Amino acid sequence: MQEVIWHGRGGQGVVVAAQILAESAYLQGFKGVTSAPTFGPERRGAPLTASTRIANEPIRMFSQIERADIAVVLDASLLEVVDILASLKEGGLIIINTQLKADEVEIGGCYGIAAVDAVAIALKHRLIKEGAPIVNTPLLGAFARAGDLVSLEYIEKGLRWKLSGGAATANILALNAAFEETTIKNKS
Amino acid sequence: MSNVQIMTGNQAAAIGVKLSNVQVISAYPITPQTSLTEAISQFVEGGELKAEYIRVESEHSVLAVCISASAVGARVFTSTSSHGLLYMHEQLHWAAGSRLPIVMCCVNRGVGAPWSIFNDQQDSVAQRDTGWIQIYCRNNQEIIDTLIQAYRIAEAVYVPVMVCYDGFVLSHTMMPVEVPDADLVKDFLPPYKPHMILSPEDPRNINPVIFPWRRQDPEGVLRDGYMELRYKLQKATEGARDIIVATNRAYTEVFGRDHGGMLWTYRADDAEVILTAMGSLASEATVAADMLREREIKAGVVGIRVFRPFPKEEVREVFGNRCAIFVFEKDISYGYEGALCSDLKAAFYGTGSRAPIHNYIVGLGGRDVKARELAEATLSSLEAIASGTTEPETTWLNCDTYLPGSEVRGQGLGDRRQEEKCRINYSRSIKKNICCRGTGPARGVASP
Repeated sequence: MQEVIWHGRGGQGVVVAAQILAESAYLQGFKGVTSAPTFGPERRGAPLTASTRIANEPIRMFSQIERADIAVVLDASLLEVVDILASLKEGGLIIINTQLKADEVEIGGCYGIAAVDAVAIALKHRLIKEGAPIVNTPLLGAFARAGDLVSLEYIEKGLRWKLSGGAATANILALNAAFEETTIKNKS
Repeated sequence: MSNVQIMTGNQAAAIGVKLSNVQVISAYPITPQTSLTEAISQFVEGGELKAEYIRVESEHSVLAVCISASAVGARVFTSTSSHGLLYMHEQLHWAAGSRLPIVMCCVNRGVGAPWSIFNDQQDSVAQRDTGWIQIYCRNNQEIIDTLIQAYRIAEAVYVPVMVCYDGFVLSHTMMPVEVPDADLVKDFLPPYKPHMILSPEDPRNINPVIFPWRRQDPEGVLRDGYMELRYKLQKATEGARDIIVATNRAYTEVFGRDHGGMLWTYRADDAEVILTAMGSLASEATVAADMLREREIKAGVVGIRVFRPFPKEEVREVFGNRCAIFVFEKDISYGYEGALCSDLKAAFYGTGSRAPIHNYIVGLGGRDVKARELAEATLSSLEAIASGTTEPETTWLNCDTYLPGSEVRGQGLGDRRQEEKCRINYSRSIKKNICCRGTGPARGVASP
């Protein structure tokens, strides 16, 4: 079983990203997928998490993730607010929305790092909601590239399952752009 | 053809209601309500479900509407949680006493004070004695399937059914759910045919004041008194057991999914140690059993699916002659122990079973319960049994049990060292000890 934890702020599409990943993984053939928001009230702008579990067999475990295999960070400012590494396995992968390249990111420890400028990609493809760039789709692209778990093809399918018409087209362009632009630094 | 969608427990329940062709839905739409009734309102508004949707000002009124609609022959549904269910308490008795086949979902959540919106099962367990059948679901597939079964059960025995599932843990977690074919559901669950319909053409007085003794009606027929009616409700609820089992079997034949009737088991055949629970917690326990098996402890799980009627015979049969039984539950009967634990012990009385039973109160007010913690608790209990403690106090897992003025620190946060010790010390010899000590000589083995 692979566990993915999504860190973002209320309104950034953290929960939806966790859902789309679960749906994409299911389409790809994983029989066990779950996605869950942080349980409880949510507030715009406040730090929150969501989670996705992916396994070959149906999932019987619904407790919260203790240590994820992969952490996706939708807002790099959270690195200073939340102890993101505390919920990531040693040697795990962290995927960050940042203007930096993967080998410029300093987080210490023994982790794989993937970096993508999700804001720039969202703005370029006019993925904007209520004045804010929609960064979850580009991060799904980075996930496809760096995660080695759910392929770009199936995340595209997952997006099409969720979205329709023009929204799907713009999102899929952004997804592919992020896939191309993601930089990766393997764990040292 | 398989139609699998990734959905939350609330979505699964809403689709179950739609497939059951419910005719009247009543709901109070504000906290502690869930997205379940929101989804149903969309089905009704969009014309996907031809039903009357009645919003009222409180849960008490909600159930009054359901009782009235059911009395005039409609298939009805409602859902609520925590304080909404508590507010319905009086009407729960009226629904069961009137023998109306109402189905409701209880999305399990804790109750105040202090205020909580998070999951435990205190709300529905506290309604144990209202005359409702209670079924607990372990995942979202089971929610949709159980709802459809619930109507068939309720309409066969004229006892209302509460379909319970864990708030947030299932209600807000998405997972693959196969949506049953609507035509197959229609065959499995034909339209409701009430045995009596209250109507202006055939006016009747339902539930008048009844005397302690039996009385003749105006036609001179001797009618039931209060106790006879109560006895009939008790017999109907007890008798629901066969209907529940048969309904589950019939459902399995049509839809290919078996949720276990009164209870289900996991790796229990050769298990020496049984972990038992209700709802999603029992599912989590199956992962704990796997972890324990990796350490060569023969652990298995019994998931209690139906809490009322209590599966006494099934429990006696399936628990049989085990070495130890650990009951994990998200409720507490204040002043005693967990309600499930008491009921289990009562079921074992007279069977000669001497297996130690440890009770763990877990996850109250949404405190997360991990499979790892269930496994560790099991190890800790096995250690205690091996060292001669056969009946410890109820343990509050993952709870700082320090009381001001007391120097005693119990299990949980305050006692990490103890847990560590237990993890290290478990060995084959201890296991042997437990089996000898726990069950004694093979006399009075649990009857099948």
